[in-house]
Order: sequence, then C-alpha cells, then structure tokens
Amino acid sequence: MKTTSFTKQEWDEALQGLSDSYRIFVPIREGDFHMFRPLENGIKPDFDFQNTRISPKSIIYPQSERMFEYTLEPEDPEANILKEAPKDYSPRAIVGIRPCDVHAFRIVQRNFDNPEFRDPWWVKHFESTILVGLGCNRPCSTCFCTSVGGGPFHEEGLDIMVYDLGDRFLAKSLTEKGEDFLNKTKAGAPADQPALQAAEDLKESVEKAFNPNVTMDHLHEKAVLDLFNAPFWEEVAFACINCGTCTYLCPTCWCFDIQDEVFAKQGDRIRNWDSCMFPLFTLEGSGHNPRTKKFQRVRQRFMHKLKYYVDKYQDGVQCSGCGRCVRYCPVNIDIRQVAALMNEL
Amino acid sequence: MENPYLPYPVRIDEVITETEDKNLKTFKFVFINPGDEEKFSYRPGQFAELSIAGKGEIPIGIASSPTEKGFVKFTVNKVGLVSTYLHNMRPGNVMGIRGPLGNWYPWEEMEGKNVVIVGGGFAFTTLRSSIVYMLHPENRPKFKDIKVVYGARTPGMLLYKDELKEWEQRDDIEMHITVDGTNDPDWKYNVGYVPPITEQKITSAENAIAIVCGPPIVIKMMQPVLAKLNFPPERIILSLEKRMKCGIGICGRCNLGDQYVCKDGPVFSMAQLKELPPE
Ligand SMILES: Cc1cc2nc3c(=O)[nH]c(=O)nc-3n(C[C@H](O)[C@H](O)[C@H](O)COP(=O)(O)OP(=O)(O)OC[C@H]3O[C@@H](n4cnc5c(N)ncnc54)[C@H](O)[C@@H]3O)c2cc1C
Ligand code: SF4
Ligand code: SF4
Ligand code: FES
Repeated sequence: MKTTSFTKQEWDEALQGLSDSYRIFVPIREGDFHMFRPLENGIKPDFDFQNTRISPKSIIYPQSERMFEYTLEPEDPEANILKEAPKDYSPRAIVGIRPCDVHAFRIVQRNFDNPEFRDPWWVKHFESTILVGLGCNRPCSTCFCTSVGGGPFHEEGLDIMVYDLGDRFLAKSLTEKGEDFLNKTKAGAPADQPALQAAEDLKESVEKAFNPNVTMDHLHEKAVLDLFNAPFWEEVAFACINCGTCTYLCPTCWCFDIQDEVFAKQGDRIRNWDSCMFPLFTLEGSGHNPRTKKFQRVRQRFMHKLKYYVDKYQDGVQCSGCGRCVRYCPVNIDIRQVAALMNEL
Repeated sequence: MENPYLPYPVRIDEVITETEDKNLKTFKFVFINPGDEEKFSYRPGQFAELSIAGKGEIPIGIASSPTEKGFVKFTVNKVGLVSTYLHNMRPGNVMGIRGPLGNWYPWEEMEGKNVVIVGGGFAFTTLRSSIVYMLHPENRPKFKDIKVVYGARTPGMLLYKDELKEWEQRDDIEMHITVDGTNDPDWKYNVGYVPPITEQKITSAENAIAIVCGPPIVIKMMQPVLAKLNFPPERIILSLEKRMKCGIGICGRCNLGDQYVCKDGPVFSMAQLKELPPE
C-alpha cells in the first residue's frame, strides 16, 4: 500500500499521461451538473463537485448495450444465428467516483454475478475497471450513505482513495491494481506525515458533522405481507408522475429490457435500462398486468430496495444512500421518509 | 465464461396445428450443433426462451418429455409480435432456443405418491411433458395412481388429441377429458368446467400431489375444490406466468416478492405462494 501526494496540476497531468494505458473516465462540468466522460483531448476534469447527476453505473452497464448481432441474409449459411457483439474490455479507470457509487457497484454485483448465472458483459466490464474514489468533503443534504453501511470516506470496493486537501490530492492505494495505477503515473511524491495527518483530520471532521440518521434497522424483521399491505402506499405514491427519473439516475437500479433491432438485413439484440415505474414493464401478451396502478409500481420500487433485497441477501438495503432520487424527483418523493414509514410500521 | 443469453441454434422440424381456431401450433425443433441437445437437459415443468433473430424471445413451457430423444417440442398460442411471427415460420427455418430455464415439478417428492393433474385451456403443455415422462416404462413404477382432468372450451380446442385418445385407452392412467360445451352428438367424454369435473372425479387427496395449470380463473376456482378434498397447500403445485425477458433472474422483471418467477419458479406450491405478495 502506498500513499502519494500530487499537486492538483500534477494529478491532472498524471491522468492525461495514463490515458494510453487506461480509458479514463472523469467528472466534467456540463451546464449546472457534473457527469462522467472519457478523458480525451480537450476534456477538462473538474473534481470540485458533490456528485454527478447521472451515476457512473453506465460505464459498466451502458444504458443501451448490444448483446448479439446477426444477419438475416437468406443466402448466408449463418443467417438467423446470434453471434456475440464485439466489445472493448481494455483496462479503464473511473477517477473521482464517490464512495456511495462504489458501494452501489457492490450491491448490483450480487445481481449480475451470482452463483447460478454470471452476466458476462457486466462482469467483464467490471473486472476491467479500476475504481479511483474521491472522498466527500461536502456531503449533500440529500446524502445518507452512513445510514446504509457506507460513508464519505468509505474505502470498501475501491482500488485507490483520494483525499482532496485543498492545494493537493493525496492518493492512497488499497489494492494491487491501485498501486500499479499510482506507479504508472510516475508523478507526485510519497506523502509526508503532516499530509497523512491532514487527511485523517479531514475525514474525522466531515464524518462528525455528517449525521443523516435514516433508520432502517427493523426492515428485515417486518413481515413482507404486512409491508406489502401497509396502508401508506397510496399516499406515498399520490404525487408520483411515473417519470422514471428515480430509477434512471439510481446507481443500484439494474432492471433491463431486451429488444431486437434490424436495419436492412443486419440485426442486433440490444438491452436497454428499463423501469418498474412504467406500466409496460409487467404487461403480458394476454393483456393481463399485475401492476396496472401507480401505487403498485411505486410500492414495487421501495419494496424491492428496502425489503425484497434485504430478505434475499441478508446484508442491508439495495440503496447506497447517494440521494439522487431524492434530489431529482420532480415531486419530492423521498426514500428516507418511505424507509422511516416502513421501518416504523 | 458461458453466456446465459446465447441461444442454441435450432431448425424447425415439424409444425402441427393443434386446435380448430388454428391459434395453437406445436413446433418440433432439432438442435443444429451436435452436443447441444445434451446440454439442453431438462425436467418436466421447465421452460425455455424461443428466440427469433430480428423479433425477440418468448418464454414457453417445454411440451416434450426428456424421455423423448432427438427433438424438443413447444406449443405456442398466437398472441403478439414474436408468437405471431413464429406461427408463420416453416419446417427448415432456423431460430434459437435458450434454456432450459426455471425449476420443475417436484419429481422427487412425487415418487411413491398418487398424482392428480388438472389442466385447463392451453396450459397443458408442461403437463403433457409430465404425463409422457411418468408413463415411460422406466418411470411409471415410481408413481402410484395417475389421474388427469383436462378441459378445453370445445373438443376442437383440446391439445394433443391423438395422445389423449391413446392415454384414454391405457389402464395405468385415468383420464377425465371435458369440454365447456359441444354440439357433437358423438362426444363421449365429459361436459362441464374443469373444477366441478374435478370435484366429481377426484375423490381423495390421500397420499396425493395435485399439479394445477390453467388460466387464472381456473386456478382460482380450483382452490375451494382442492381444499374440500383436503389437499394441504404444500401438496398443491402451480406453474405461474409473468412477463419475462432474461429468464435467469437478472433483468428484474418477473418478481413475486423476493422470488423471480423465471428462476425460483415458475413452479410454486400453494403454501409458498401464501407467503408471497399476491401480485
Ligand atoms: C414460464 C412461462 C411459460 C409459458 N408457456 C407458454 C406456453 O407453453 N405456450 C404459450 O403459448 N405461451 C406460454 N407462455 C406465455 C408466452 O410467453 C406469451 O404469450 C408470449 O411471451 C407472448 O409474446 P408475443 O411476442 O407474442 O406477445 P407481445 O405482447 O408482443 O409481447 C412482447 C414481449 O413481451 C414479453 N411477454 C409478453 N407476454 C408475456 C407473458 N405472458 N409471459 C412472459 N413474457 C411475456 C415477451 O418477451 C414478448 O416477446 C408462457 C409464459 C411463461 C412466463
Ligand atoms: S422520480 Fe419521483 S415522480 Fe418520477 S417516477 Fe420516481 S418517484 Fe415518481
Ligand atoms: S434509491 Fe435513491 S438514494 Fe438509494 S441509491 Fe438509488 S438513487 Fe441513490
Ligand atoms: S425474466 Fe428477468 S428476472 Fe425474470
């Protein structure tokens, strides 16, 4: 394990220098919001941000992804037979990812990489990625990572943790992959004692001031049918317009749809993010739909995150506390309040 | 890493129109690559995704039995995009099958027991698989009495008519075929809905397991009938349907509480379902 200190300029240059060895994704500012973008010529990373509006899940699990390709050319002996779509699994790095979004990858990993089935694309994308986290000096008012097993400087799942000490970055490698990345930068200097102390102090003062206190401690012991039949779902869902923003921005939502697309005689099988907020999600060919009503879909979203997942994996909720759904819901539906209702039922 | 989304290429070998309205057809497929048939080793009650390049995939119960070698069979109702396209395909056409998927009827538990099979409408496909499987000389001794109640709207809507006739004549299976109504003067079987016919013909739940498949209305009406016969919920077995995509518990679509119908089901006992949200 090593800790290297970089001036901010050195860090930016080091990343530029590494872009031959890795495809590097960095936060950039676009309008009022930040988002992750590949570090290419002319792209200026901006590490002075709270979090990106769209989560980095799309770097591992694109919103729209080709699964297979095929030809429908009748003369072709391979016609109608699906072939793997070629993909780029060269090493990549997400630099500046927040600890909550790393926690989110660990949550969704249970779904995509389980003992029975491994989703080859998610797994290979994930395995080729190194995660360079940036501790949160200023958690947002909507963040609650500490209530769901994380924290503003939580290191689990990271390859490198970076502290922003104002005039410089302190990068601490946590895995071999991370150390390798730092070595490759050929920049910075070994961190001295005062710098290490400054990082410690920063972590402590942020954690002390940050107290979101969302309680979820009773969820696992509640009976699933009591929660399902709870009296509050209609009210919780009342203002929801089923826009899907919450699931789209959420780093722990993983549902997808599969569609075929054909142009002339060439076709692709594609998967696209989908949302339990949409009525079509469960509509069967016969016309039967188990979730025709809005409150049933809203209930599904919260029950999945805060109960079904809890029961299935016995290791916390399917939420990293990133607060995106709270911040961007157009009608202010707040998972923290719903969790409290469920927890206190 | 194996890719669980990649279908095995198959060729359509035969297409049989099953019903008078021509909405149900049975497709017999053969695997194109040697070795794939063995990899596709299944048990009655499982399903597969039928995959058509350019159209998509549909989950369909496996209608053939693992005791039948050299092909797999599915019976498909014409409903929407993929199933309609499939209905227009012909022997020789190439498509894909992905599976086998999901769990199966509780074959271990059923050994040494009487088996009651109740099917309504076209949901008789995996039940056909089960009957053929149980009647196989190697398997028949494992089960006690086998009784089947199967109904359709009219005689022309029954599936697998030739086999029904054949089973009707055997003495190691008791068949009760019924139709909702008919004006065929030569109809020699029952007339009436499946639940009341079951009530008449099945007299005991002793040492028996019941497998029930059918449209929601039949499932609902069967419950009081089976309760009256004293079938405990653990010994009532159902096969569920939900809209599906991945079929392997990953795309998040088909959940019933914390269970995915595609992976943890489609077969559940009534006792299990009572613990799950009624969606
Ligand atoms: C476990 C299981 C076993 C089944 N077995 C049979 C069978 O043996 N024979 C039979 O005829 N039908 C069966 N069905 C129903 C069959 O899957 C649907 O009728 C079929 O998917 C309709 O597809 P479509 O493209 O023609 O219709 P569309 O309405 O155009 O559907 C579009 C897509 O939605 C999905 N979808 C729609 N309805 C359903 C549904 N009911 N279940 C799952 N996915 C759906 C499919 O991905 C489908 O391609 C079964 C369903 C399940 C879940
Ligand atoms: S973001 Fe808010 S309004 Fe939109 S679907 Fe989610 S809960 Fe409903
Ligand atoms: S549910 Fe909301 S707070 Fe939790 S991970 Fe998803 S977007 Fe973030
Ligand atoms: S069909 Fe994807 S989870 Fe069941």
